[in-house]
Amino acid sequence: MIPLSWYLWLGLALFAVGLFGFLARRNVIVMLLSIEIMLNAANTVLAALGTRMQDVTGHILVFFVMAVAAAEAAIGLSLVVLLYKRFREVHMDEVRTLKG
Amino acid sequence: MPFSLLNLKALMPEIFLVIVASVMVLLDRAVREKAFFFWMALVGTVVAWLLARESLDLHFGASYLSDHYGFFFKTIFLLVLFLTILISPGYAKREGFHFGEYYGLLFFAVCGMMLMASGTDLLVIYLGLELMSLSIYVLVAMAAGDPRSIEGSLKYFLLGSLASAFLVMGLAVLYGKTGKIVLSELAGWLTSDKAVLTGILFFIVAFGFKVAMVPFHMWAPDAYEGAPTPVTAFMSVAAKAAGFAALGRIFLLAFYPAYAYWVKLLIPFAVLTMFVGNILAVVQTNIKRMLAYSSVAHAGYILLGIVSGTKEGLSASMLYLLIYAFMNIGAFATVVLMQREGRVGESIFDYQGLAKLYPVPAFLMLLFMFSLTGIPPTAGFIGKFYLFRSVVHAGYPIIAILAVLASVIAAYPYLRIVMLMYMREPEREIKLAPSPYIWLALGLSALGVITIGIYPGSLLTSVLASVF
Repeated sequence: MIPLSWYLWLGLALFAVGLFGFLARRNVIVMLLSIEIMLNAANTVLAALGTRMQDVTGHILVFFVMAVAAAEAAIGLSLVVLLYKRFREVHMDEVRTLKG
Repeated sequence: MPFSLLNLKALMPEIFLVIVASVMVLLDRAVREKAFFFWMALVGTVVAWLLARESLDLHFGASYLSDHYGFFFKTIFLLVLFLTILISPGYAKREGFHFGEYYGLLFFAVCGMMLMASGTDLLVIYLGLELMSLSIYVLVAMAAGDPRSIEGSLKYFLLGSLASAFLVMGLAVLYGKTGKIVLSELAGWLTSDKAVLTGILFFIVAFGFKVAMVPFHMWAPDAYEGAPTPVTAFMSVAAKAAGFAALGRIFLLAFYPAYAYWVKLLIPFAVLTMFVGNILAVVQTNIKRMLAYSSVAHAGYILLGIVSGTKEGLSASMLYLLIYAFMNIGAFATVVLMQREGRVGESIFDYQGLAKLYPVPAFLMLLFMFSLTGIPPTAGFIGKFYLFRSVVHAGYPIIAILAVLASVIAAYPYLRIVMLMYMREPEREIKLAPSPYIWLALGLSALGVITIGIYPGSLLTSVLASVF
């Protein structure tokens, strides 16, 4: 059986990957993907913990987080569409009308 | 807990808000009459408040408790919603908003806020936070004709989603260590090992983004400037109040056993927030951006109440949020009054000589600016006084001194506007966009600022009594 700590390290590694992607990349779609990776890192941890503790709360949390992530992706992608229509660009560095 | 419809009574105001919001969104295309949505929204707000009062002291399992603490915040949210609806119609008509969608999203956002204020487990608070944030992202992008609106919304969205990823991770860590997500149970299981402290740190980062705490404030000026002005007014007050409602309940209830740890983290954040916010406000020439940095700085003041960790401190924060609602919505209502097509009325130099041409709006702006600075007969002074006093009582006199210094810096940007209005001759043509509803909102805000400034006593006792 795979020890719990492996899942936790996996979750932590995924979270770090997502955070790095978010900070290092400027393409809005890649940034969105990085956030999804971070949320799924948390989901991995929650599911593993729920199974180990024989507690259904962890699994319920995963479902709610997934639902919220879907809503977030819907709004995020529609904002990207609006952004592209307006600026013909999906890189945050090129979108600079606000300064100060 | 056996499930029955009776238990849902505690959630009556939220259920009502969701129903009204859905009906408004659905009717958006069918009903052409814009006034219909306006009145529906106003009446809906009042009914929601009555329902919230009706549901006091009820609870839904261990997840939701409609206590006086939650009710105080619900009153703030609904008050802000009411005032926002009053200042919206002219602006929304000019920008070509779909009224049903606009008011519907405002209602959804307030529903999320109410869940945050009354939720007593981490899941409900998380869901409330997401409902609020997702609605506000869309509201910020509502002025789709203006590229700044989309850019502001996208920046807010990206950083807000990052914050919620941190929140979920923090939740997972705490759940893993304690096996609990209910706030009051968490408190009993909280140990002070590294994992729990990391979880708490994640929560600080997540809520730091939501209440615009330095160094997590980068989105605030962009989102505030890009958003339609009534939405800026709404989010600067209500979203901040909701963040603090959840922050207060989580940190002073669930995380209270680890107070000695997190207070050490929060103090530098609070001090930094006050100074950076006020110093950056000094150099702004766009009034919405100036008010955005001022709202960052105010988050720092309000954080002091949480830092002091006492009942007195929390009640001072709550009182300050109520006062902030009146003075900030008032200031933004004046900006809405000044705004015409495009960016006219957004530069602080558009206010030059306002007092000569329109003495009444100039005087009201003066009142709100004095209150934001914290000058005595106004409510802002009372709010700051109780906050700083609570910090001193909690044993951090140096922080109180720093806070006073920070508010001295804050005097410059606010009083510069007063100076421009009263001591300069008008150079640009100023035209107002008045409507009776904006006057009503301005009047209510001014009344709040003056009344709380002169008779704070009875309000203070009732706030103190509503702390959990």
